[in-house]
Order: sequence, then structure tokens, then C-alpha cells
Amino acid sequence: MRNRYLSAAAVATLLLAGCGGVKSDSGGDAPSTGSKGTVKLAVNPWVGYEANADVLAYLLEKKLGYTVEKKNLKEEISWQGFETGEVDAVVENWGHDDLKKTYIDEKKVAVSAGPTGNTGVIGWYVPQWMADKYPDITDWKNLGKYADLFKTSESGGKGQLLDGDPSYVTNDEALVANLKLNYKVVYSGSEAALIKAAQQATAQKKPLLFYFYEPQWLFAKEKYVRVKLPAYTAGCDADPKKVACDYPDYQLDKIVSKKFADTGGAAYQLIKNFSWTNDDQNLVSDYLTNQGMDADKAAEKWVNEHESTWKPWIPAGS
Amino acid sequence: MTAVAAPPAGPATGTTESPPVGGRARGPLSRRTAIVVLIVATVVAYLIFRTTAVADDPDAAAFRFLGSVRDWVDANRDTHPVFLYGVNYLRLGVRVLVDTIQAALTGLGLPGLVAVAGAVAFVLGGWRPALLAVAGFLGFGVLGLWDESVDTLALTLAAVLISVLIGVPLGILAARVRWVGAVLRPLLDVMQILPTFAYLAPMTLLFLIGSPAAVVATLIYAVPVTIRITELGIAGVATSAVEAATAQGSTRWQLLAKVRLPMARPTLVLAVNQTIMMALSMVVVTALIDAPGLGVNILRALERVNVGAAFDAGLAIVIMAIVLDRVTTAAGAAWSAGTHGSKSARSQPSAPAGRAAARRRTWWVAGPVAVAAIVIAALPITVDLPELSFAKPVNDLTGWMELHWYDATEWLKNTVSTVLLNPLENLLVTTPWWLFTLVVLAFGLVFAGWRAALIAGAAAAGLTGLGLYQHSMQTLATVLVATVLTMLVGITAGVLCARHDRLAAVTRPVLDAAQTMPSFVYLLPAVALFGASRFTAIVAAVIYAAPPVVRLVERGIRDVPATVVEAALSAGSTPGQLLRKVQLPMARGGLLLAANQGIVMVLAMVVVGGLVGAGALGYDVVAGFSQREDFGRGLAAGFAIVLLGILLDRLTQGFHRRKGPLR
Repeated sequence: MRNRYLSAAAVATLLLAGCGGVKSDSGGDAPSTGSKGTVKLAVNPWVGYEANADVLAYLLEKKLGYTVEKKNLKEEISWQGFETGEVDAVVENWGHDDLKKTYIDEKKVAVSAGPTGNTGVIGWYVPQWMADKYPDITDWKNLGKYADLFKTSESGGKGQLLDGDPSYVTNDEALVANLKLNYKVVYSGSEAALIKAAQQATAQKKPLLFYFYEPQWLFAKEKYVRVKLPAYTAGCDADPKKVACDYPDYQLDKIVSKKFADTGGAAYQLIKNFSWTNDDQNLVSDYLTNQGMDADKAAEKWVNEHESTWKPWIPAGS
Repeated sequence: MTAVAAPPAGPATGTTESPPVGGRARGPLSRRTAIVVLIVATVVAYLIFRTTAVADDPDAAAFRFLGSVRDWVDANRDTHPVFLYGVNYLRLGVRVLVDTIQAALTGLGLPGLVAVAGAVAFVLGGWRPALLAVAGFLGFGVLGLWDESVDTLALTLAAVLISVLIGVPLGILAARVRWVGAVLRPLLDVMQILPTFAYLAPMTLLFLIGSPAAVVATLIYAVPVTIRITELGIAGVATSAVEAATAQGSTRWQLLAKVRLPMARPTLVLAVNQTIMMALSMVVVTALIDAPGLGVNILRALERVNVGAAFDAGLAIVIMAIVLDRVTTAAGAAWSAGTHGSKSARSQPSAPAGRAAARRRTWWVAGPVAVAAIVIAALPITVDLPELSFAKPVNDLTGWMELHWYDATEWLKNTVSTVLLNPLENLLVTTPWWLFTLVVLAFGLVFAGWRAALIAGAAAAGLTGLGLYQHSMQTLATVLVATVLTMLVGITAGVLCARHDRLAAVTRPVLDAAQTMPSFVYLLPAVALFGASRFTAIVAAVIYAAPPVVRLVERGIRDVPATVVEAALSAGSTPGQLLRKVQLPMARGGLLLAANQGIVMVLAMVVVGGLVGAGALGYDVVAGFSQREDFGRGLAAGFAIVLLGILLDRLTQGFHRRKGPLR
């Protein structure tokens, strides 16, 4: 039904806009106002993000009475949604200083809604058995002599470095080039494919060097060892093409559209207040991935068992 | 469901009828010599000039230029008149249309929409399509995919509506005005080669993300079919009828409204039918740019490597395709029943009576049926459908296959990669770009004539101009290997189907279903079995491109005149000899057409394989719309794919045209 009013509103905009030209956000869904509105959450393609989004969506719907629309979008495309009105909030953002500059500072269509409480780590990992068998493999300087171990049908005679979804935050191609490593970056396409490869590498003792990150439920089940890259110093990753240092630790944060921050009411307050630990997130991710629960069930279970964590997020008076 | 037969990328529409063009006077011998000389020259030149395959510059001029275009558009989106008064209006208009259709469909609710679908199908086609429509729409609910299906339906209808509004007038113009036809033809050729993937980045640049961009992308994908088939229909109206009407003093508008359009009606319905099919398969892909609907489910399943979840969504898409196809086909049959001189195979012998009956049915039945549908829509009925999902059994099956077939699949992947793919890729990437261009030119001249050769050569040079020569060659290697496998599979299956009627009868519905599936559905089973690799893309491409090849090969062999076959058999040919010496050579036209169609479809799929580790151009495109600093390269890769498509199409099309059917 909502859409009927929306299209009526859009027609009106179309007519009104007759003389002034049309801005890119015209006809977009009106931002959520007051209670019982709709909140549009971007959902980026990894399960940790989904854990944040699912718990928030559950609380918004069950405790505050909002409707939540989840939109499956890649990271950078979600940011575009702030401009068009397709997205109200991104609930786990990894850095993206360039996007912050464009959308927060220049276009002024988005604002930060504070940290999620999670610390993000990105790095290169090998399965534990490799670190046991080749103790010096965990330093990047020695990767060269092990390149042969990591050869696959896809790596063109070099060692393979397995990456995830092409949309993930990664400097790996630049790193391989600038550290002069005899490796080739191969994209598995998704978190699920990465995890599958990692599990196979552990179970069947196959060599694997892969891009991975925390928070991540898999680390609670199996051991993987991070490979040391040249230490991160502030600004060493300023030029994405010349990066030759490790990834920084990311203070993961939430970004919301300006409109939503101004008019989102209790929903905005809840998202702003949301903050939990990596363990919390990994727990929900584990429910989602390994316990066969759907979004609602997983969020419900966590919410029922962690009232003291989420109670303070609920804005006063709602 | 023969109407679905036209494969999504069908550049052959306008070319099948052309007879062998020249060249035969020179005789096969001199041509064979020319080919041998060319091959020797190529090998020698390669040995002398081969390079060390220097990687593409990650910061090529073309990328920087396209990146700066993006920055400009981003900065001026809300200020520049082109956007304020042009692009943004378009976007808003499309959004209003989609929202209206979507609101109407969701407003009806499940019982209402099922009733309306049934009523529309009944009025258009009769009780059979009506039953099918009701069952199919209920099926969406049973699968638990009602909302997603409605979203997909709304987007498809919006795109089809615009396609018809634009395509039919353009098609009429193209048929009636010579220069319009001449201008449109090459444009449509290119639009039909464009792999779905290459559109998406430019669409988000102009229209941002969301349904408007999705509808425009779908429109670009589907409208060439509308134009082409309309043009064929209007041009095919018998001249005698036109002359008779002119003699009676009809004006040009009367001619169009009273003679040409009514007589072309069956073809026009076919145009709508095909437009719907094309639109449906594209709408699903647009989930990548935030279009709602079933595509989102498939994309999520892909991200989670959850074959079962994709199976349900894929099933819903097939159901929707079958319902829409049957209803429009039935409507075409009912309407064409009345047109004299219609060439449609569906026209019934008792033409006038049929038309009268159809009209009577329309008037007497449409009213009550519509009223009934409205009543159902208005009643507050809540339907509790049983839920049915195939996700679990399908996942169990894939899990079992992953576990037990692991060694076999791994062996297959590694063998194909090391024996075929890697050597070919190595050969191509170490060929200097100018040598590649020359070879394309030379072979184009021999096989396809100078015009096609020039176009193909320019496309080859353009790959370097875009700064993506290495990636293009990698993609080309994958495409060539996949095409060879597709042809092997397709010819084998086609021959078997042509020989065994029962097998053909069983295969046909499978092929129908396979052709309505949007391309990236096929990635899932391939990923589950082979992990992320180029071989995965090859497997998906073979599954995607084989059905039309099977069809064309089967038809080609079945079209060999029975008298010829009998003559060969009475001369004592064994079945094998019959096949090798008579049927395959005589079906060469069909085979070459199949190769042309196959290669273009394979390219489209290999590029989508960028989503699952197939690398090269496909990956560039994916990265381009997901990583900001890669936008320029992504857009350039989109253009490179188009160039590669043109190159392959021109070479094989000329090949097919020149060697054409021997009659």
C-alpha cells in the first residue's frame, strides 16, 4: 500500500519539478519519519555484517515497531544508496576514507553514526599445519621460496593468494606487486568460497595462502596463522597503487544517510547506540552459518540471551 | 514453446537468408592454399615476434579518462542541465512507472493477482493458459517467493511496456524507411552482442542504483528483439494485399492501420513474446545493481554457495517464463486465427470462423471474468498455501557430490586447465598485439570478406587501445576452449536428438527450461562442483550455450531432404557414413550458425564467470562496479568485451555466411 502513496508523491514531484529540473534523489522513498516507518538497511556480502544487520533489524521490528527493508548490496554501491535514498544505514563499515570524503564531507548526504564496537583485522593467513611444518612461512620475506607450494591451475605458474569477493577492502594486488612477490591474486568471489577453501586446506592438509579477516566465526573452530607483512604506519596506504605495508586495524563503524540522521527518530538512535564485541558478532554469525538458523531466529536467540547488552541501545521513551 | 527458441543473443536474425556470397569462383583449392600460407606465416611470425606477456598497465590512459568521466558525472549530477532536464527525468519517469505497476500488483494481493492473471490468460488464450497461469502464480506462493516474484514481474512488465512503446514504432519505421533500417541494423547488431554484464556499470553511472537503472538496462537488452521482429513482420506483409488496398485509394496511414499492422499481428505478438523472455532473463541479472526480486535470492545463494536456495528461485523464474510465454503464444494463436494469408504455422484452417469465435469469446466472456477477478481481488481472502522448498534435498545432493566426486572434478578441472586452457592462453598473451590484429584481418579476409575483416581488425586493435590486451587474450582463451566444448556437446546431443525422436521429445522441454534461465543461475552448480576457477566459467558457459546449439544442429540434420538420405542408404552407407558424408556436410549451414550463436553466448557467460574467479575482463567489470578506484578499468573492460564480441561475431558470422547453406 505504501507504494501507492509513494507513486502519487512521485507523480506530484514529477509535475512540480517541471520547471526546475530534477535532482538525483527525486521520487526516492521518503525518509523514515517517527515511529512505524521503514528503515532501509544495506546488507554487505559477509556473514559478520549480516549478524549486525539481523540483530538491528530484529530490535527495530520487534521492540520499536518499525518495518525493515534489507538490501543486498556491495560496500561501495551501498554508499551510492545514501545519495539516491535507497539506503538509510550501513551497519558495518570498513574504513573507506575516500568514500567518507566524497559522501560525508563533499556531498553531505551521509554522516557517521559511531563505532560498532568491533575491531576489524585484515591479513594474509595460512592453515595451522603449514605454520607447524614451515615455521618461517609466517614472514612475508620467506613467502617467495614457498611459492611453488601454492601453485594452482589458476595461478599461472606463480603461487596463489586467494582473495574473497572483488568488492572487499583489499590492497593485495598492489602488495604482491610492490613487495615483488612471485604470487598471483585469485578471487574466489565470496566469503563462503574463501571459507570452503580454508576448511578444505585444513581438513586435507593442502597448502593455502588466503585473504581473511576478523571478526570471523571460523577462527573459533579452526586455527589459522597470520602472515607478517611490513608493519603498518599511518599513511602508508594513502596511495592504493603504492601500498607496501600491512592493513591497519579498523574501528568498524556505522554510516547513515543525512536524511535518516535528521528524521529517523528512535530508529536512528538505536543504530547510533548499537555497539557490541567481536564475540557477540561471531556468535550470531555462527548461528547463521552453522546452526542453520535464518536471520530472525538467530537474532531472536541472541537477543533473548543478551538482554543486558542490547537494553542500553533502546532509546529512552520508546 | 518453440517461441523461446531464439537465444538471448541472436545476431543471426537478418543473415540466415543470405546465399553464399561470391568467392566460390576462385575454387576451394586456392582458398585452401591461402589458408595454409596464412597459418604458416602466422606461426613463423609468432616464433619471431612473441613477447613475454607484459601485464596490462593498471593505470592506462583509457582507465584514467573513464575515471575522470565518472568524477565529472558524480560532481554534476544535480547541477548540469543534461542531468537536471534529461537523465534524471528519465529516471524519475521510469521509477514512477515501476512504482505504479508494483503498487497495482501488490495491491491486488495474492488471491487477487492469481485471479487477474488467470482472467487475463483466459481472455487472451483460453482455458488452458488460464489454468497454467493460476497454477504457476500459486506456485510462487508455494515456493515461499511471492513478494520476490511480484517484484520481478513488475520490473519485467515495466521494461516490456517501454520496449514495445519504443520498439514497435521503430520497427515499423525500419521496415518502411530505408535509411532508418540501414542506420539501425549495425546498432542492433552491437546491442545484441553486448553481454548483459557490460551494461551495468554505465547504467549505475547515469541512473545510479535501483529499479530505474535496472529497467533501462533491461530495455537496452530487450528492445533490439522488439525492433527486429516488428521489422520482419511489417516487411513480410504480402505486396499483393498492399497493392490491392492502394488501388482502392487507401492513404498511407490507412495502409498502416488497416492492412500492414493487422496482417503483421501474429509477428507482433511474437515480438512481444520474445521481448518478455529477454526482459525476464535480464531483470534477474540487474539484482547486481540493487533491483529487487528473484535475482537477489540467486545472488545471495551465489555468495553463500547455497545451491538449494538458488534452485527454488530458479524454479520460480522458469515458472514465470513458461506462464508468460504460453499466455502470449496462445494469444498470438487466437488472434492470428483470423488473419488471411498469415504465414504463422499456428493459423487454423477455418480462419473466419476462428476469428469470429475468438471475438465472441472475448466479448461474452471477458466481462464476467473481469468482474469475477475484481471481486476476488476486493474480497479480504487470506490464503494459507502449503510451503514447499527444494533447498534441502538439492543441498544434500550437492554436498554428497562435493564429497564423493571431489577427486574426479578436481582432475577434470586440472586436466582441461593444463592441457587446453593454459597453453592456449599462453600462446595468445605472448602474441604481440599487432600480430594478433594482422592475423584477425587476414583470416577475416579469407573467411568473411573485407568488410567484416576490417571491423574485426579494428576491434582487435581497439583492445590494445583500451589498455586491456592481456586480459582480453585471457578471456579469449577461455571463450575459445568453452566454445570448442560447447560445440562438441551440442553436436553430439543434436545428432542424437535428430536420430531418435523419443529422445528429442524428452529433451525439448529441458532445452526450453534451460533457455529461459538467466545466465548466472548456471554458475551455481558449476561453483559447487569446481570451486572458483576459469574452468567453472567454462562449465557454466557450456551449459548455457549448448541448448541453442543442440537445437540448430538437430534442425540442420532433420532438414536434410529425406530423398538424399534414402539415396545414400540405398547406396549402402552405414549410419556412421551417412552422418559423416551426407548429413553433417549438408547441415553445415546450421552448424556454422550454431557456432556463431554459441560463441557469442559463451562470451556472455565467461564474462559473468568473473563473479566466481574466472578473472580477466569479467573480473575487471565486477571490480569496476564494486571498487571505486577500479571504475575506469571496469568501464574499459566493458568496452573491451563489446569489442571482443564484435570480433568473434564478425569472424564467425562471415564464416557462416560465406560457406552458407549449399543449395
